[in-house]
Amino acid sequence: MAGAAATGGSARSNTYASARNWLLLPSWAVLCIFVLAPVAMMLVYSFLTKEFRGGVIWEFTLAAYDQFFFDRGLFGDEPARIDWTYILIFWRSIWQAGLATLLALLIGFPTAYFIATRPARTRTVWVFLITIPYWVNLLIRTVSMKFLLRDQGPLNDFLLATGLIDDPIRIINTNAAVQIGLFYSYLPFMVLPIYASVERYNFALSEAAADLYASKWTTLRRIVIPSVRPGIIAGCILVFVPSLGAFLAPDLLGGAKNFMIGSLIEEQFKGNAGNWPFGAAASMILLTLVLVILMFLARQQARADREATP
Amino acid sequence: MSSRGDVRTYSGSRAITMLCLFVLYAPLIIVTIYSFNASRSITVWEGLSLQWYADVFWGPESGKFKQAAINSFTIALIAATMSTAIATSAATAIVRGGRFRLRMASLGLISLPLMVPEIVTAVATLIFFNSIGFTRGYLTILAAHIAFCIPFAYLPIQARMQGIEDTFEQAAQDLYATKAQAFRRVLLPMMMPGIIAGFLLAFIVSLDDFIITNFVKGAGVETLPTAIFGSVKQGIKPNIMAISTMLLVVSIAMVTISYIVGKKDNST
Repeated sequence: MAGAAATGGSARSNTYASARNWLLLPSWAVLCIFVLAPVAMMLVYSFLTKEFRGGVIWEFTLAAYDQFFFDRGLFGDEPARIDWTYILIFWRSIWQAGLATLLALLIGFPTAYFIATRPARTRTVWVFLITIPYWVNLLIRTVSMKFLLRDQGPLNDFLLATGLIDDPIRIINTNAAVQIGLFYSYLPFMVLPIYASVERYNFALSEAAADLYASKWTTLRRIVIPSVRPGIIAGCILVFVPSLGAFLAPDLLGGAKNFMIGSLIEEQFKGNAGNWPFGAAASMILLTLVLVILMFLARQQARADREATP
Repeated sequence: MSSRGDVRTYSGSRAITMLCLFVLYAPLIIVTIYSFNASRSITVWEGLSLQWYADVFWGPESGKFKQAAINSFTIALIAATMSTAIATSAATAIVRGGRFRLRMASLGLISLPLMVPEIVTAVATLIFFNSIGFTRGYLTILAAHIAFCIPFAYLPIQARMQGIEDTFEQAAQDLYATKAQAFRRVLLPMMMPGIIAGFLLAFIVSLDDFIITNFVKGAGVETLPTAIFGSVKQGIKPNIMAISTMLLVVSIAMVTISYIVGKKDNST
């Protein structure tokens, strides 16, 4: 989606060139005031001193970042050692988001491929079916997943009835539940960009490979997958990035033990920890991580575009 | 012909596609079914009943839900209207404004809410309102929603406008229409499908938002998602499944309309 907006098409028409500054003004005003300025303010807050029960004191300090990376003992007078607590929460989030992305790729790639090889008329219907769940409230979808995975939920009932298991399996409040939740939340993001790539793929290449006695799997591995690589990368990033900062899936499905970045940040503003500068610093670190990943995506796409148009 | 079909298709991809659709829809279908459960317990099925729907509208919590629904729908309506107007104006500048220096910057700024993780936007907006001393409540939710709905309204509008040749406006101007008239009487009607699609998507995105709303709402102001979240924290109750089912139907209906409208006469 970000990719679609970023290109903006060719700049061939200029019928309204004379009015363009006025036409752009409202969007610039709203987005600068309510998105850019807040992010800048958040950066400032991450360098301020915390006040108990939320809020800040306007004194510059690196305490929030220091707390994130280092442990200086209870009174702050010991030599700095690396504190793994928060780094591990970030690492766990990356790991969970990574596994969810892998799962989404394993299901999403064959689905996207299948849809792209349907006749043109039915293709749009398939795409529409994949898109609908994305537009359904994420909270409701996560709650539905929680309902399904409960110890006495429909999934366990079904497995018990078929005799596949003898005792209900515990899924909720485990890492697996979070991975399933993230996978379920963002699966459509994996399918759509891969579909767009496969749709543009020239199947004459597959036929040429078959004529040269390549097996179907070799064709898939050596010809199809390299050709649609930009779509695969875009899909992985579109699943990975929102998974990384997710709050609902870890909170509702993972329980208190399976903390991720989103919950850590939320707790600084809502919970008892109440450390706004620290929450701002953690948000800045997350934002930096995401922007680095997106820049990587933009570079990949620019390279793919160059290769496509010599 | 038959050999081409062989080269393209991989056995098992159909099965995985069905699995994919099953995974996407099964939880929603199960919650919908259980919202019609006659039992007080969410684990046992005791036959069909509409009692939980009645509970939502007339039960002990109905006042809370009604207020949350009013907040949700009025915010979604105003936010979608404003963001669609802003997005239409921006799309006209970007698609019809020729080459200019701030073009890429404008596109980047508009897609910014899609790139920044939601929780970060939520934190930033909370800090922003707090630092300028603005009391959190209905208006702060509305302002945040207008901002993050802009890219969702923008994408279908831009796509639609790119599909319209500028010869139409030029013809209108050759016939002595002013630029404003050409826009209002020629370009705008042709863009309508894109504008409607953008409006509906912005409306759903606003209606669905939980994370940002949860941060910028003041004490006492609830939208449907925050009310549902508060309730679910104490366990899933059947009336929540009834509300969820109703919201689900609204979302699916709006996406379907947006899809049909967006697809109609794409040839122009």
